[in-house]
Parts: sequence; structure tokens; C-alpha cells
Amino acid sequence: MIDTKKLILLLSLIVSLMISSALLFGAVGDGLWMIKVPDKARNRQNPFDGEPTAVAAGAKLFRQNCASCHGDDATGLSNRPSLHSERVRAASPGELEWLLKNGSMKNGMPSWSRLPEQQRWQIVSYLKSLQ
Amino acid sequence: MSRSLKAIAVLLGFAPLLLAPLNARAQENYFVTYTHHMEEPGNLEFATKSVSGFPQAGNAFWGNAIELEYGVKTWWTSEFYLDSQTTANESSVFTGFRFENRFRPLLQEHWINPVLYAEFEDINSADKALLEVVGHDGIEDFLGRNDRSEKKREVELKLILSSNFKGWNVAENMIAEKNIAGEPWEFGYAVAVSRPLSLVASANECRFCRENFALGAELYGGLGDRYSFGLHDTSHYLAPTMAFHMPSGPTFSVSPTAGLNSNSHGFLLRFGVSYEINQFVSRLKGKR
Repeated sequence: MIDTKKLILLLSLIVSLMISSALLFGAVGDGLWMIKVPDKARNRQNPFDGEPTAVAAGAKLFRQNCASCHGDDATGLSNRPSLHSERVRAASPGELEWLLKNGSMKNGMPSWSRLPEQQRWQIVSYLKSLQ
Repeated sequence: MSRSLKAIAVLLGFAPLLLAPLNARAQENYFVTYTHHMEEPGNLEFATKSVSGFPQAGNAFWGNAIELEYGVKTWWTSEFYLDSQTTANESSVFTGFRFENRFRPLLQEHWINPVLYAEFEDINSADKALLEVVGHDGIEDFLGRNDRSEKKREVELKLILSSNFKGWNVAENMIAEKNIAGEPWEFGYAVAVSRPLSLVASANECRFCRENFALGAELYGGLGDRYSFGLHDTSHYLAPTMAFHMPSGPTFSVSPTAGLNSNSHGFLLRFGVSYEINQFVSRLKGKR
């Protein structure tokens, strides 16, 4: 026989976890990802800079991981942004790599920390080649 | 119509979606351990995780969990499982469902990234999916004949801690589970580590590039319950894992698992296939 009080207590705990996560999310996200980038990350150089094979590899990774939202040609799909933009053009390689690693979760951009850092830099090489 | 047939009918409903060119890639490398990697928002992952066991004192079995995982938000992933099993010389039975949610409270990458996990499961005592090991779970639970008489309506909470460092992923899960029929809290753990074979992607389109393979290992087991916390009378497993992420295709994973003590199965073989459907809702609405 299920103890109703205990069931209510457990369900309350689960709901509390969900609500606290949502509140914490709201407190952290501000959407202005570029101002959050630490100087150290902003100034990092792309280790694949100038390597054509990195652009090709980055294009492949982009198709596999990013094109579903940003389109095969990176011009954006639905309400997802085009990456042929002034913001991407102006961003340093370090800022773009930081964005790929951390995402901009409030704006729907997931973290790509599951990709190794080298692969994120290869994607940055591709993004910079678009500009 | 039996519950099993209804489940199959629902799954067949997704078949047309699987035939479309979906350009998808699932991300899991482990069978038991969770990482902080969430499902991308709008993506639906369809997966099956199976485990085969060959207990000497009982009949061989094949437990299976069919999983639907949806990225609700970048910080919120929801999953639904349907469990079933087949035991040699006995029967094939549907054993219940699980519904789980994972929340990532910190929205940037840190050295250690916590994820909160909450699950409700309504399974019965014949379940052999072995998606986690808690309390005093052990091989004895698998030796009796298939018996669905005991209902297990359980709440499970996990604290997931996960880190990425120089291409390695290291994940630790602390598990607390309670049968809401009044049984004590049971505890368990899972830790895992994995790494892709290559950290740099090849410039060529290649199916069997080294970066598409990941190798790792999992260690998991029970930690007793509220009244008998510890390693006494618990089971533990160590398992190498291998995952192959086929570009624009499914992910295949396999894990031959060794039991570490006499309460454990001597050997288990896990196998999984997952496929991710990008922007599932947009496809349903015809926006893609």
C-alpha cells in the first residue's frame, strides 16, 4: 500500500528541484554572451590558424553538429541566427571557441563541450572562413 | 491488444521518421553513467539499450529498454523508457516504463558540472534492464522464474557530476532510489571515463575515422540502503565501453561487463543503438 504522505513529499521534492533549477537558470542567463567571455579566453589564438585542412574538417564538423539549426550554408534556419553576421565577423577566435564550449543556453545555443577542444577550434576555423 | 503490442505499435509509428535523412548524431558513450551532456533542444533521440546475461544457476536473459530522449531546453532533457525482457525457457514480458528528467543548473562549463536527475519508474519484479544497480541488487534477483507480481513504483534521484578535460570525459553519479510502497532508500554509484580515439577531426568524409570511435570504462554498483549502508551484500560491475558514432547515422555501443563479486553476474553483454532526429517538432510541423 502506498503511503500517500510520503508520495506527496517525494513529488514535492522533485517539483522543488525542477523549480529551483529553473530559477537558477533565470538568474544566470542574460543572453549577452560576449561580455561574459573572460579576457584569457578572448585572447586565445586558434592553434589551427592558417591550416586549410582545419577549415575542411571544421566544415565537416559543422555539417554534423551545427547545420540542423544554422543551415548547411550557415545562413540560419527558422529563428536560428545566420552566422554570416557582423557579430561573428567581429568576434575573436577565442570568443567563438568560448561560445562553442559554453553555449548561450538562455538563447537556445547548447554547449558543445562534448566535442574535444581541437574540434571546436576546427569549427572556429570554418566559421572564420565564411566571413 | 496486449500492452506489448501497443508499445510496438507506438514505436512503428516513428518508423517513417527514421527513414528520412536526418543528419543526426547521438552523444552517449556509457550505458549506466550519465554525463552533463544534454540533448540538444528540439532533438529527439531514439535508442535501445539491451543487456544479455547468462547466470549459471538460472536461465539466460535479454533485457531491453527502448528510450525516447527529448531536448526540452538546453538545460532540460526528458526521457521515457519502455522496458521488456526475454528469459530463455520462460517468457517474454513487458516490464514497465520509466520517466526521467535531467536539469543542468549551471549554464556554463566548469571544472565539475552538476546535473540534477529525477525519475519515476513503474516496473515489476521481472524487469531485467539493469539500467542502474542500487541497494542490495544482485544475481539472486535474476534466478527465479519470471514473476510480475511485485510492482515497483520507485522514485530515483541522482546527482550527476561530470567534467571534460583534454578530450577526456569523467563522470560520477550518486544514486538514491526509493520504492514508494514504503521500502527504505537504496543507494548506488556509477563512475565512468571515456575519450575519442582522435581529438582532431579528419578533413575527409570518412565513416571509420578515429574521431568517430570512443573508448572508455564504467564502474557501478550498489551501496546498500538506509539501514545497511555500505558494500556488504551488494553487487558491482566493471565494464569497458566502446562507441561508434556513424556520421549522419546511428551510434552503436557495446560493453562487455564483468561482475566484481559473488553477488554480481559473472558476465553481462550490453549493446546499444541510438539515433537522433534533429529538430523533431519542427519536422512534425513541416517547418523543415
